[in-house]
Amino acid sequence: MSAVLDHHDHAHDDHHDHAPTGWRRWVYATNHKDIGTLYLLFSFTMFIIGGILAMLIRAELFQPGLQLVNPELFNSLTTMHGLIMVFGAIMPGFVGFANWMIPLQIGAADMAFARMNNFSFWLLIPAGLMLVGSFWMPGGAPAAGWTLYAPLTLQQGPSMDAGIFAMHILGASSIMGSINIIVTILNMRAPGMTLMKMPMFAWTWLITAYLLIAVMPVLAGAITMTLTDRHFGTTFFNPAGGGDPVLYQHIFWFFGHPEVYIMILPAFGIISQIVPAFARKRLFGYTSMVYATSSIAILSFIVWAHHMFTTGMPVTGQLFFMYATMLIAVPTAVKVFNWIATMWQGSMTFETPMLFAVGFIFVFTMGGFTGLILAMAPIDIQLQDTYYVVAHFHYVLVAGSLYAMFAGYYYWAPKWTGVMYNETRGKIHFWWSLIAFNVTFFPMHFLGLAGMPRRYADYPMQFADFNALASVGGFAFGLAQVYFFFFVVLPAMLGHGEKAPQRPWEGAEGLEWEVPSPAPFHTFETPPKLNAAANKILA
Amino acid sequence: MKTMKSIWNKSASVLATAGVWLGTGSLGLAATVNDLPGGPSVLQLNLPPAVTAIAREQQWLHWFMLILCTVIFVAVFAVMFYSIWKHRKSRGHKPATFHESVTVEIVWTVIPFIIVILMALPATKVVVAMKDTSNADVTIKATGMQWKWGYDYIKGEGEGIGFVSTLDGEQREMSNNGGPKKGEVVDDYLFKVDNALVVPVDKKIRIITTANDVIHAFAVPAFGIKQDAIPGFVRDTWFRAEKIGDYHGQCQELCGKEHAYMPIHVKVVSAEDYSKWVEGEKKKMAALADDPSKVWTLAEITQRGEKVYAQNCVACHQTSGKGGGAIKALDGAAVVLDADKAKQIKVLLNGQNNGTMPAWKSLSNTDIAAVISYTKNHWSNQTGQLVQPAEVAALRK
Repeated sequence: MSAVLDHHDHAHDDHHDHAPTGWRRWVYATNHKDIGTLYLLFSFTMFIIGGILAMLIRAELFQPGLQLVNPELFNSLTTMHGLIMVFGAIMPGFVGFANWMIPLQIGAADMAFARMNNFSFWLLIPAGLMLVGSFWMPGGAPAAGWTLYAPLTLQQGPSMDAGIFAMHILGASSIMGSINIIVTILNMRAPGMTLMKMPMFAWTWLITAYLLIAVMPVLAGAITMTLTDRHFGTTFFNPAGGGDPVLYQHIFWFFGHPEVYIMILPAFGIISQIVPAFARKRLFGYTSMVYATSSIAILSFIVWAHHMFTTGMPVTGQLFFMYATMLIAVPTAVKVFNWIATMWQGSMTFETPMLFAVGFIFVFTMGGFTGLILAMAPIDIQLQDTYYVVAHFHYVLVAGSLYAMFAGYYYWAPKWTGVMYNETRGKIHFWWSLIAFNVTFFPMHFLGLAGMPRRYADYPMQFADFNALASVGGFAFGLAQVYFFFFVVLPAMLGHGEKAPQRPWEGAEGLEWEVPSPAPFHTFETPPKLNAAANKILA
Repeated sequence: MKTMKSIWNKSASVLATAGVWLGTGSLGLAATVNDLPGGPSVLQLNLPPAVTAIAREQQWLHWFMLILCTVIFVAVFAVMFYSIWKHRKSRGHKPATFHESVTVEIVWTVIPFIIVILMALPATKVVVAMKDTSNADVTIKATGMQWKWGYDYIKGEGEGIGFVSTLDGEQREMSNNGGPKKGEVVDDYLFKVDNALVVPVDKKIRIITTANDVIHAFAVPAFGIKQDAIPGFVRDTWFRAEKIGDYHGQCQELCGKEHAYMPIHVKVVSAEDYSKWVEGEKKKMAALADDPSKVWTLAEITQRGEKVYAQNCVACHQTSGKGGGAIKALDGAAVVLDADKAKQIKVLLNGQNNGTMPAWKSLSNTDIAAVISYTKNHWSNQTGQLVQPAEVAALRK
């Protein structure tokens, strides 16, 4: 095995003596940094498209009555906003971070399977085109909600098949990405980088990758059954032939609940890197963080039916899923305590990455608490499928996953681009996003408690005020991201800004800060010699 | 706790009003509207006033959780912000070097664990009570259909009564036209139905839910109930309303394009009024029962058909009969003009295009015959063809 690898390494070396240029550099990309960049650009593009859909939703809901779209198109907007944000923006975004940072953090030359890495990125493009293009298909884009509940999916037009196909492709891409990450982390760490010395981001991604491999095939199964119900006369979910619509929900949420942790565990990893760096103090309770992350991952497999309390489960079912769900609060609380203990007695500064990290901890915890409230089956009966749920998952996905990605961007982009962002602009982006986010989503808690159902194109007059407020906040939040692109990302891509030092953050530790900024095309071609803590290279 | 609640409610209300006024009121966007008793209130901040014991329990649980979570949140983040304030570099704070303590980790694993158990205990009691649907006084089947509710009284006083409840057509039209106009006060916007579900006060009502096409959800917030209506399956829930009045809910599971337009209106009346209502309904039903073999004249049947059209078809096919988007036009449609009447009857009985046109089997033969006759003789369709109920009956399998 090693002989073969050696041989390959030589072939690569020869090849890369002529650094690839032009379109070939990207289309034939096998370099983890280039592929990471591609992933991040794809993710941001989908984030903007999904964001435009969200703006249309908020514009329609600004006032009662239908003004801009008809109810069918409205359902397509909510469906595609969800699908695009989850599968197009957040998941590939974190894979982009993984591609860029994991080899750098563990002292590996590249990802284990460089060509598969290329393939898993380029699969995203047809899937993304199909998702976005479905709006122009006869009958419009899928309109059954991002959860694609049967039997509503069985009534949809041909775009549903395109949607299903796109999900299959995205799933295949995710599985390949996960295999790559697992093999890279398990086999390619530099000598001395033991598992328990690994940076937290690599740890959380290792666990996330296992989750992905476990549940993406489950989703594929659910949507394949939908596909055969639609075209090949099977009746898995069609009651007219003895099928069970609730079966779909069980299968979907067996995927869907681990999926929400797939979207948040890498975020925990990023935060666990940033807080110690800006507190200038080691992460408190590293070991317990690893255990907490693992137990969240394991528990995530036994809580799925808390999404289904209103389907009419037996008492024992409701009780089991209620208890199991509430249990997840324990390891999550441990993580928050550890972050705060890391800050305690530190020597903190608040550059933009730290601001987003603290913002994450504060606002994400609010989402965590509403999650705990929703976990109580009797309260969930009132709040299921209302705006309270919408508020809850935006608190954990926007203020959670997205803020962590912003934090990670400000933290690592100097390493990627070689230039520093403008600190004032970063702070503007943070405060603007934080305020607009809360103006948008906090009133939704009230709407949900008052009983406003989600996925409604029009609503009773009594809900008008908070909806108008949420829309105003929503537009402001959208605008903040446009600002982020034009005033932070674009200048960095064009190389404008102060030159970034090798270690721009005083307290940052880890191998990524042992290489120059911007990181050279090839790093760690020979395994580095590490110090005892495995966070510095010995000369 | 009660005074605390009301103080919180009042102060929160004032804050919210001020905030919203700043946000929208000053722009002159806020339309005038009043609270809807039994439905949502303007700027409502919490669950609606409870009308059943279960809803009261839910409210208690929600307050319990809200207070507990707020206390924990404030305590935890007080520590964080204290640290942010004190332990910053600009104040010359030097970083400590501690980074591990098994004791601390165990303490802050065990304490949340105990708190979670404390939270789960009172909830368990309510879950068990919620699921106990035995010994109901009246049992009613609620059938979700795209996009209306069918109610059938299947046990207890009123047994045999059955009707369909649809959103008021004018309000649906109003929604298409951009909602109530400025100055127009429509407190029950999107809540008004033609036939409300009528139940007696202080009686245990069991609602059995099912659906004809896709999943819907039967929900009335004031009663604290929400139960998915699943095609091919029956599920149940129950309530015992303690106060006479009108209570409003809406379908809460995405069911297609008219999801926002299938409200639920429950009228809770006294035992005497309920008996009177049952008597009246039974009489009406007897009078309305159509003689299936009756032979109708064209004028008679198109008049009936117009009503059926307004109740069931107009939402998609429009008053103009032109449809729109995925909805086929009826005006000038080949299948409507076709001399073979069976074609159109089959479309109504079985649906078409994967349910884009749903099956209307639930309508009576007379209603189907009437609405077909109407479409064949309305707009530019002047075929003079007349469909009799018997023809529909012959094609119904």
